[in-house]
Amino acid sequence: MIEINNISKSFGKLKVLNNVNLSCKKGECIALIGPNGCGKTTLIKSILGMVIPTEGTIKFKEEYISKNYEYRQHIGYMPQIGRYPDNMTIGQILEMIKEIRRSDVQLDEDLLHQFKLKDLFNKRMSTLSGGTTQKVSATLAFLFNPDVLILDEPTAGLDPLASEILKEKIISEKQKGKLILITSHLLSELDDLITQIIFMQEGVVQFHKTIEDLKSSTGEEKISKAIANILKGRNNE
Amino acid sequence: MNRIIKFIVLDILKNKIVLVYTIILSILSWSVFSLEDNSTKGLLTLLNVILLTVPLVSVVFSTIYIYNSSEFIELLLSQPIKRSKIWWSLFFGLTLSLLLSFFIGTGIPILFYAPSDVGIMMLLVGFFITTVFVSIAFLSSILTRDKAKGIGIAIMLWLFFALLFDGLILFLLFQLSEYPIEKMMVGVTAFNPIDLARILILLHLDVSAMMGYTGAIFKDFFGTSFGIFVAFFILFLWVIIPFWISLLKFNRKDL
Repeated sequence: MIEINNISKSFGKLKVLNNVNLSCKKGECIALIGPNGCGKTTLIKSILGMVIPTEGTIKFKEEYISKNYEYRQHIGYMPQIGRYPDNMTIGQILEMIKEIRRSDVQLDEDLLHQFKLKDLFNKRMSTLSGGTTQKVSATLAFLFNPDVLILDEPTAGLDPLASEILKEKIISEKQKGKLILITSHLLSELDDLITQIIFMQEGVVQFHKTIEDLKSSTGEEKISKAIANILKGRNNE
Repeated sequence: MNRIIKFIVLDILKNKIVLVYTIILSILSWSVFSLEDNSTKGLLTLLNVILLTVPLVSVVFSTIYIYNSSEFIELLLSQPIKRSKIWWSLFFGLTLSLLLSFFIGTGIPILFYAPSDVGIMMLLVGFFITTVFVSIAFLSSILTRDKAKGIGIAIMLWLFFALLFDGLILFLLFQLSEYPIEKMMVGVTAFNPIDLARILILLHLDVSAMMGYTGAIFKDFFGTSFGIFVAFFILFLWVIIPFWISLLKFNRKDL
């Protein structure tokens, strides 16, 4: 569904992405992991067209995304730090996005109800806590029933209850055969969610493996241990 | 009208600054016309006030507004909306609301007291100056990510066009007074939208007789309908070019 070919991106002298090649298909649930500043968010933003790669191409559903914008209606994006117009209320933001998109898909308001955002509809975005802002971002990402979900650190800042709700939601969407791309540092959280792992370091994709592969090659049961194992192996080399 | 423009216009109209701007313009205009006994003198006074305040408010307010819209832009960018459409909508939204407040503040008194050719031209010039400086605001806010720098650039540009440019011209005139540079001066005015606007109006107010030989040359050019056409065309370029450059930059910007 998403084909990334030889993407590179530099900000001035800093090379953030270095010749990244990836391919993601329907029904996969992929974890994008790596240390801080390894280019995860830049990669995600390139897929969304918010960052324009210096080199390389990205295809979404067999179509190149440069100069294209309509493909974004199939993507639900939850940013790491959601930034919203300060003087608008939660209700106004949701209404505005609905009105601008005016899409005829069945709206998915599960998260809206489960997070009880309706009670906060008249609160201005500037008065919201980080966690509540994350809830709004999550609601927006799932609202239009997109085929692809891109979640950048989805559970960071959410309380255990909310993050459990979100996890349930992700699992139920995964079962509908959607492509889900998650970045996270909390490997233990991902255990029961993901089917594949992409590990990045300094702008380079170190490996892209399925969970079974990873577990069998390292002989570990937990993802976090398996990753640690691989990293240790690399350091010893 | 597209939906994004609607949201932006509503958001700006809610902003108290635009309301205050409208009220100040309207106090100025009504008082100028009721103080002067003939409307020509009124227009002349009003011209100077307009050419100082309108560019300043347009450029500073727009620059700040664009910087403050960064969240809004980011939010829209993850939606299936064309990048250039976001930038265009922001431009139209800002221009429309500032034009509206200029029309309510200054346009209505002008139409009431001086519904002549010059009055109409003054209104048009005011519209153009507003749009030109909104366009310049777009350029200065895309040049840098730093809000303080961006607003600084905007104010510098205003200062240059409103005050410094005239000083430079005067300096040139004195330095080169031995040479026949009057015709060249007509060309030089094209580089400053405010001067262009001022000359356009002055020449139609019959005060150009006081401007000496240069005034006569100006009258020869800007007094004709061809000259007026060229002048408005140049003002139009002043709207298009800065905005177009900013649009190209915005399309390549990383957010």
